[in-house]
Amino acid sequence: MVQDAKEPSVTAPETERGPRRRRPGRLRRISLPYLLLLPALLLEILVHLLPIVIGGVMSFKELTQFFIRDWGAAPWSGLDNYEIAVDFDAPVGEALLHSFFVTCAFTLLSVGLCWLIGTAAAIYLQETFKGRGILRALFLVPYALPVYAAVITWGFMFQRDNGLINHVLHDQLGLTDSAPFWLIGDNSFVALLTVSVWKGWPFAFLIMMAGLQNIPREMYEAAALDGAGMWQQIRRITLPSLRPVNQVLVLVLFLWTFNDFNTPFVLFGRSAPEAADLISIHIYQSSFATWNFGTGSAMSVLLLLFLLAVTGVYLWVTSRERKSVHV
Amino acid sequence: MRRFRAAASVGAATLSLALTATACGGGSTTGGGGSNDSPKTLTYWASNQGPNLEADKKILKPELAKFEKQTGIKVKLEVIPWSELLTKILTATTSGQGPDVLNIGNTWSASLQASGALLPWDEKNFAKIGGKDRFVESALGSAGAADKDPAAVPLYSMAYALYYNKKMFKEAGIDKPPATWDELVADGKKISKGGKWALGAEGSNLSNNIHQVFALGKQHGADFFTEDGKADFTSDGAVAAVKQYVDMMAKDKIVAPGNAEYAQNQSLSDFAKDKTAMVLWQAAATTFKSQGMSEDEWGVAPVPVGSGAPGQGKATNSMVAGINMAVFKNTKNIDGSLKFVKFMTSDAEQKILCKSYGSVPPVKAAQEDAAFDRPELKVLRDTLAKSAAPLPQVANESQFETAVGTAVKNLFAKAADGGEVTTTSVKAELVKAQQQMSQQ
Repeated sequence: MVQDAKEPSVTAPETERGPRRRRPGRLRRISLPYLLLLPALLLEILVHLLPIVIGGVMSFKELTQFFIRDWGAAPWSGLDNYEIAVDFDAPVGEALLHSFFVTCAFTLLSVGLCWLIGTAAAIYLQETFKGRGILRALFLVPYALPVYAAVITWGFMFQRDNGLINHVLHDQLGLTDSAPFWLIGDNSFVALLTVSVWKGWPFAFLIMMAGLQNIPREMYEAAALDGAGMWQQIRRITLPSLRPVNQVLVLVLFLWTFNDFNTPFVLFGRSAPEAADLISIHIYQSSFATWNFGTGSAMSVLLLLFLLAVTGVYLWVTSRERKSVHV
Repeated sequence: MRRFRAAASVGAATLSLALTATACGGGSTTGGGGSNDSPKTLTYWASNQGPNLEADKKILKPELAKFEKQTGIKVKLEVIPWSELLTKILTATTSGQGPDVLNIGNTWSASLQASGALLPWDEKNFAKIGGKDRFVESALGSAGAADKDPAAVPLYSMAYALYYNKKMFKEAGIDKPPATWDELVADGKKISKGGKWALGAEGSNLSNNIHQVFALGKQHGADFFTEDGKADFTSDGAVAAVKQYVDMMAKDKIVAPGNAEYAQNQSLSDFAKDKTAMVLWQAAATTFKSQGMSEDEWGVAPVPVGSGAPGQGKATNSMVAGINMAVFKNTKNIDGSLKFVKFMTSDAEQKILCKSYGSVPPVKAAQEDAAFDRPELKVLRDTLAKSAAPLPQVANESQFETAVGTAVKNLFAKAADGGEVTTTSVKAELVKAQQQMSQQ
């Protein structure tokens, strides 16, 4: 966020001209961008920073039903909440660790698949052909639908006895011996992943398509003249040119997926099956369903630290890569 | 530079995204016991009682108009689905931004009472709505902890009963509903064949699981809480109760495995479609009607007990189910709120509302109305009066619903997958639930 504040330096060339002509305006010119940023900064503090600080404070309190109305009066509990959260031999910590691993596996698979399908579709739709516009619009439908309605529909389709999925897999194609459960037991992971990828890949597709528009056609023409085939063009031109777009896309997808609450909540309700117990819903359950906001807050803070660490390492690595490319 | 900016904005986006994870709750409230700053309006959160939210609005709106005509107070109505009600109440409690009057599930009374967000119903407040004696005792027992002033007033009462599909009973050659669990299982085995099943369950609905195992627990001499309010989920009685319930799917095979994923009252539509012969439910008449079932197609009997004769203690066959009406302590229209509660619990309104919802009035005088002599309501009324017990009125009742409800859900999932449910596996799930409670 500190980097954000430096943004005005982009307009540096203009300010260089300023002082020579009108000195008194200089201060105003320099401060104007900061003034313009001020409302956003204030909102950022109000909407994001303040809740974080409050969440942080809550994590050191014994915040149960007896104090939720006036949480400031809740007794301090020191590091108790954190100890409970990371005591992996006791049920609460054990369940948190389990849900962390489930979330990691889920995120890796979901982001990977979203990226793969989105990229493939974007590359495929670069060629002009009849019906391309319709296909493009169609691919974006999952992205445009309200999440709640879409996920509820998936929930219906995944029902064991009356759902469409089993009707097709079992009754029509005969791929399974008996109708499997999708919303309880181990298969719930597959169901969750399916909905997540269905929901997520159009975003990858959209961003990739935008990225592809920026690659000059001449590069492909030149490569084709030199005898490069389609695969070589994708490997040598498309993917390297898309790298900056990809870096942002993967990071955003990672954060969205890791924190996804809506999908599992609508699909499974307030207590998800163990195989699909994503961390956001797990924290929700620890806070809202068992009315222990202190432990829930401690878990949230741990999650935040983890995501910040991953993001930090990711940005550091990718910026190093970029530098080495330029040198 | 463009890349740098992209990275910077992603950095900012990351932070804000990560933060959303921590943004759970916050904010404190001013204390206060209500004021009369806004005497002309009231906000009322009604729980979803009818087949859908629209049906509720249709039932309640004319009554609210009546209240407005009488008092000049306009009531803003919001009907809230069950799945969201508790979370919304909690949010309102933490933020202090809630309705003036609201419906709560009566099992949450003690938990919400502990938060201090609800107006206590002392003698003075009760006097304003006609006194405590107007209400049925068992209903008052589910309005808060025994040693405190109630946190709410009973609004609609319900109890569990055994609803049976007459056509399916006839086809299986059964002439009367079972009175004991042994009879139920024996009848069930006759019915459960060829895609038909004897009993419906809502295996993924945590609250329903709790209601069922609580009554069974009483029959096995278990209460799930010790007398001083500590969790006691692993007693032999509790284990036996949970095992008996899940075994109806796992061992007796009279509950369809698909019921393990039910949580949206699907078992009621199976019942209406002649796929399931029995359900243990509270006031199901309106739902059956909305599913196109006429009243002579189903019958009602008390929920079975070991002895065949429901009563107290080990013959308890239902929880005291129902809805209570509460006033938010920091209401800006305390007089209006009390007037509204008085109106909704008046003899006349109780008759109208309970008739529409198919529930039993917790107000004694209203119960006398001939409309509540229907066979179904007679069973529910008798159960409430003689053989129902309120869920433990302890502050962590809500956690109990989540922890033990989830344990039962997990066991059903195992049973549905063909896994064996043993005393050991039941106990292991309940131990886990209890440890979670004690750690929190």
